[in-house]
Amino acid sequence: MAIIESAVPSHPVGPLLRHMGRNRAITLCCLFLIVLVLLAIFAPVVAGDPLKIDPAHRLSSPEAGAIWGRDHLGRDVFARAVYGTRVSLLVGFSVAILTTVFGVAIGVYAGLSRIGGAIVMRLTDAMMAIPAILLAIAFASILNAGLLTVIIAIAIPEIPRMVRLVRSVVLGVRSQPHVTAAISIGTSGLALIWRHILPGTMGPVLVQATYACASAIIASAVLSFLGVGISPEVPSWGGMMADARSTFRVQPVLMLYPGVLLSLLVLAVNILGDRLSDTLDPRKSRRTSL
Amino acid sequence: MLTYLAGRIASAVPIVLLVAIFIFSLVNLTPGDPAVLLAGDNATPAQVEVIRERLHLDQPLPTRFVVWAGNALRLDLGESIYSNQPVTKLIAQRLEPTFVLAIATLILTVVIAVPLGVIAAWKVNTWIDRGIMAFAVLSFSVPVFVIGYLLAYVFAVQLKWLPVQGYVPLADGILATLRSVALPAMALALVFAALIARVTRASMLEVLSENHIRTARAKGLSTRRILVIHALKNAGVPVITVIGIGFATLIGGVVVTESVFNIPGIGRLTVDAITRRDYPVVQGVILFFSVLLILINIAVDMSYALFDPRVKG
Repeated sequence: MAIIESAVPSHPVGPLLRHMGRNRAITLCCLFLIVLVLLAIFAPVVAGDPLKIDPAHRLSSPEAGAIWGRDHLGRDVFARAVYGTRVSLLVGFSVAILTTVFGVAIGVYAGLSRIGGAIVMRLTDAMMAIPAILLAIAFASILNAGLLTVIIAIAIPEIPRMVRLVRSVVLGVRSQPHVTAAISIGTSGLALIWRHILPGTMGPVLVQATYACASAIIASAVLSFLGVGISPEVPSWGGMMADARSTFRVQPVLMLYPGVLLSLLVLAVNILGDRLSDTLDPRKSRRTSL
Repeated sequence: MLTYLAGRIASAVPIVLLVAIFIFSLVNLTPGDPAVLLAGDNATPAQVEVIRERLHLDQPLPTRFVVWAGNALRLDLGESIYSNQPVTKLIAQRLEPTFVLAIATLILTVVIAVPLGVIAAWKVNTWIDRGIMAFAVLSFSVPVFVIGYLLAYVFAVQLKWLPVQGYVPLADGILATLRSVALPAMALALVFAALIARVTRASMLEVLSENHIRTARAKGLSTRRILVIHALKNAGVPVITVIGIGFATLIGGVVVTESVFNIPGIGRLTVDAITRRDYPVVQGVILFFSVLLILINIAVDMSYALFDPRVKG
């Protein structure tokens, strides 16, 4: 038993954290994310009222009360940008978590059950044949606008990708000696999955969850931008850009602030994902050059 | 080759059927009565009843699906509730701008991405490689509508080189058309190129470490010849695969870009139909895009045989 225990691959979290601490790009991305999370939590302390309409100061330049100026309804752009952090982060993290939970559960099942696996594969084929953003737009518009709707609408097209990834990893892990050994000594189903199969999938799942988070943040902005996301009242970066369209030629900065914030957030998450995948796949770092 | 093609098409049939079921249930299992919704606030019960009958909403769901799918097979996707025009006609009318935009994007993407990927692989682990990869992550992270507005501001509002918005049909001269799709195609291509450049680099690195490359170098062939003739041709399969997979992203991007640049294509048709809750059009357009995507992926599979003689199926 002890021999089999030691053959189980250790969770990659320990060395991963040590590696990440040494990397400047990762430190920078994490710092940026932490700042955004803090801004989202303490939005009422940092910024003024994002909903207050002040028609007298429409499209006004930066001033003491509104350091990034005011939009076409005279609302404080800085306050809206700070509150907009909440929607992006909430959608990004929730979609990553939902995708991981459902993707891993269905993927492990598909990897272990022969018939179930075939059915799941055909279903994911079909779902992935529908362009993700169209599926999300259709879901969001049909289910009526709301934060939860947006999260579900974006998560559903993301799940098949995770399912296929997890299944392919499980198929690989299943044939490894430590798993066949565990099966042969009669390890029960759940213990087998928990102790021997899940640890092997963790690395790729973590990377995929990071990418899902990044694409969910973009997707939620797209939905708000097209006017099918959460209510336009609620401050969101995509919604701010949609508002800025009408005044784009006169006040392009109104488009710039949310656009740059959105891009930086997605960039930070993507870089984290890239570094994670480099760390977990050491093959990539030692390649010969021409 | 032909049997392989036939096999691929046969295996696509159940997928298309599943997609059709998905789309149909998505639109029809929605909470609320579509007939009431469509009739508007001031409709009399009689008017609601007329709409219900016209859309066969009084029939059971499976019956309605069989009717819809049967008609779809005969290229009849029903009529728009908003404009009363056949959905296939609406799609056909708006095919040109979307098609031109997609082709222009694809050409731009390959022209930008493949050389960048090859150079990055050739100069791997130098500042050139890191620079190209940083550019790739950056343009992959900036949402297409942000890039779109940025380009529109610089090249249309400030420099006035290109039109800010709109589309000029091919019938009015190809140059004018190209000018009108230049900015949207550029915005889309930047996002798409990031993906392709990364895969080209990875795939080239894989090939460059193989024995035949070492042989070619030992023979004293020029670097350019090795890169293009010996490496790129072998690195082609994964690149083409990703171009195929990327089509899904491209279609999503087209929907957004058409809204940014006010291009009257299928993307705009979709967004307008969704905001108007014009369900027959929504169903029709999503089915159209999905079938298109499946066909493209079959074409991608077929192209493997051209690059890799081992693939015969």
